[in-house]
Amino acid sequence: MIELEVRDLTVAFGPERQRVRAVEDVSFAIARGACFGLVGESGCGKSTVLRVIAGLNRDYGGTVSLRGTPVPPRRDKAYYKRVQMVFQDPYGSLHPGKTVYSQIMGPMLVHKLAGAEQRVDRALEAVGLGTAFRFRYPHQLSGGQRQRVAIARALALEPEVLLLDEPTSALDVSVQAEILNLLADLREREGLTYLLVSHDLAVIAHLCEELAVMDRGRIVEALTRDQLVRGETKVDSTRRLLEASEELGEDRLPPEAPR
Amino acid sequence: MSVCDTTTPKRPRWRAWLETDTPQSVRQASLQETWRKVLYFRSQPLGMIGLALLLLLLFVVVFAPLLATHNPIAQDLDARLLPPSAQYWLGTDHLGRDVYSRIVYGARTTLRIAVLVAIIVAPLGLVIGATAGYLGGIVDEILMRITDVFLAFPGLILALGFAAALGPGVDNAIIAIALTAWPPIARLARAEALTIRQADYIAAVRLQGASAARIIVRHVMPVCLPSVTVRVTLNMAGVILTAAGLGFLGLGAQPPWPEWGAMVAVGRQFMFDYPWVVAAPGLAIAAISLAFNLLGDALRDTLDPRIG
Repeated sequence: MIELEVRDLTVAFGPERQRVRAVEDVSFAIARGACFGLVGESGCGKSTVLRVIAGLNRDYGGTVSLRGTPVPPRRDKAYYKRVQMVFQDPYGSLHPGKTVYSQIMGPMLVHKLAGAEQRVDRALEAVGLGTAFRFRYPHQLSGGQRQRVAIARALALEPEVLLLDEPTSALDVSVQAEILNLLADLREREGLTYLLVSHDLAVIAHLCEELAVMDRGRIVEALTRDQLVRGETKVDSTRRLLEASEELGEDRLPPEAPR
Repeated sequence: MSVCDTTTPKRPRWRAWLETDTPQSVRQASLQETWRKVLYFRSQPLGMIGLALLLLLLFVVVFAPLLATHNPIAQDLDARLLPPSAQYWLGTDHLGRDVYSRIVYGARTTLRIAVLVAIIVAPLGLVIGATAGYLGGIVDEILMRITDVFLAFPGLILALGFAAALGPGVDNAIIAIALTAWPPIARLARAEALTIRQADYIAAVRLQGASAARIIVRHVMPVCLPSVTVRVTLNMAGVILTAAGLGFLGLGAQPPWPEWGAMVAVGRQFMFDYPWVVAAPGLAIAAISLAFNLLGDALRDTLDPRIG
């Protein structure tokens, strides 16, 4: 069953005369419980696709559907109960003046959910942060801990789909693995559907069974993880990404897929 | 008492509560945050001087009847323009009123103006600025053009106009000053809001389905608040000077009730022969303006979010 589908997505920026097409005719579908990766170099439009799905960019052509039902460009509250996002930079995605507790409590108050306090505790536990962290401010946490808080905030509403915008690229290499393993565990435990955007094939290969490579606003190739690990690619942009990934050390590509 | 005594004195319970790294509630966490700011503020000597001066002003205001040696409005024409002495600590003015007692009571007027203007101006500027900055577009245009209109007038002139139209008096002076003091605050709050609206943490709140009003009130305004607080504090010096200016022109507090600016205005006629009549209220104005500036500078350093 298809959880999230994007069809003929086109996004253009700028005034009438010099409109730049950032995304052109992008289509893909993600099965429920799957993890779909969107890879590409910086500026290829992958983050724009994510922002459109998240509803941060309302000016687009094409349709976004959730379980077969198209959603309007101006998303409603019910949509956000089901789709949540984790941002790239945990230093920018947490409000500097609010405690961990208040950050995670926020969505609960917006949606007027019952048992909010227990939900906060459960979300913190799910990301491996003890209750000792509940009343700390972001500046008292490390980068990895902040990203865990950001993930907990996204999970607190118990969504079905998690949009991940380079969730590890602002973190230390040692912490990256921790967060990736956490995301893999969470997907299994909570039955989440992921859409992961990254420029790093190692990260994509770690989490996703299927991926699409974007270049200059278009999807140029769709691959499975096995094809990627074997290096079966037909286009140059994928090859470039593979080379860049190998230069950083091939051992970062996991030899066998988790799960 | 040995020099190498290494045992630290036991911290009181409240202090341990404030400094533990595992707070048990949001309230405790926010008090801890405040406590860290207090500790930082205490390390700034100039800020402490400013705070001390303002606390002294508050003390004078509260205990004015006990501190004054004479009735501030009682005239004694036999004792006109006397130099400072044991009986009249700062001398007397041209109607034989004790200058010291008038300054003590005049502090009430000054503090009242400063506090009321701050209470009116800070929320007004914050709401207008944060709304304009966050919403942008047509709302921003309208609110900022209104702000521009108020900014286009020189503060004292606009205050003069209002005071003249509404009639002289302290309350009208407060309204007049407040009307001229909010635009810079709104501008500042808008500039802050413009940078904040791009931040990921605001995007994250939008992704929770929060309404614009909720985002402005609960997420944008708290971030704008420190710089607004600093700005308002620094503006207080200007407000007090404007109030003194209005008083000087006869549009502030009305005689015989004492007000520092009006005292300077009256004393001006006798400035060369009887300087204490002008010097005392003039120094009081200067000292309080300075105190607000010192406090504002220290607050700016303290409330800077980069200092954790």
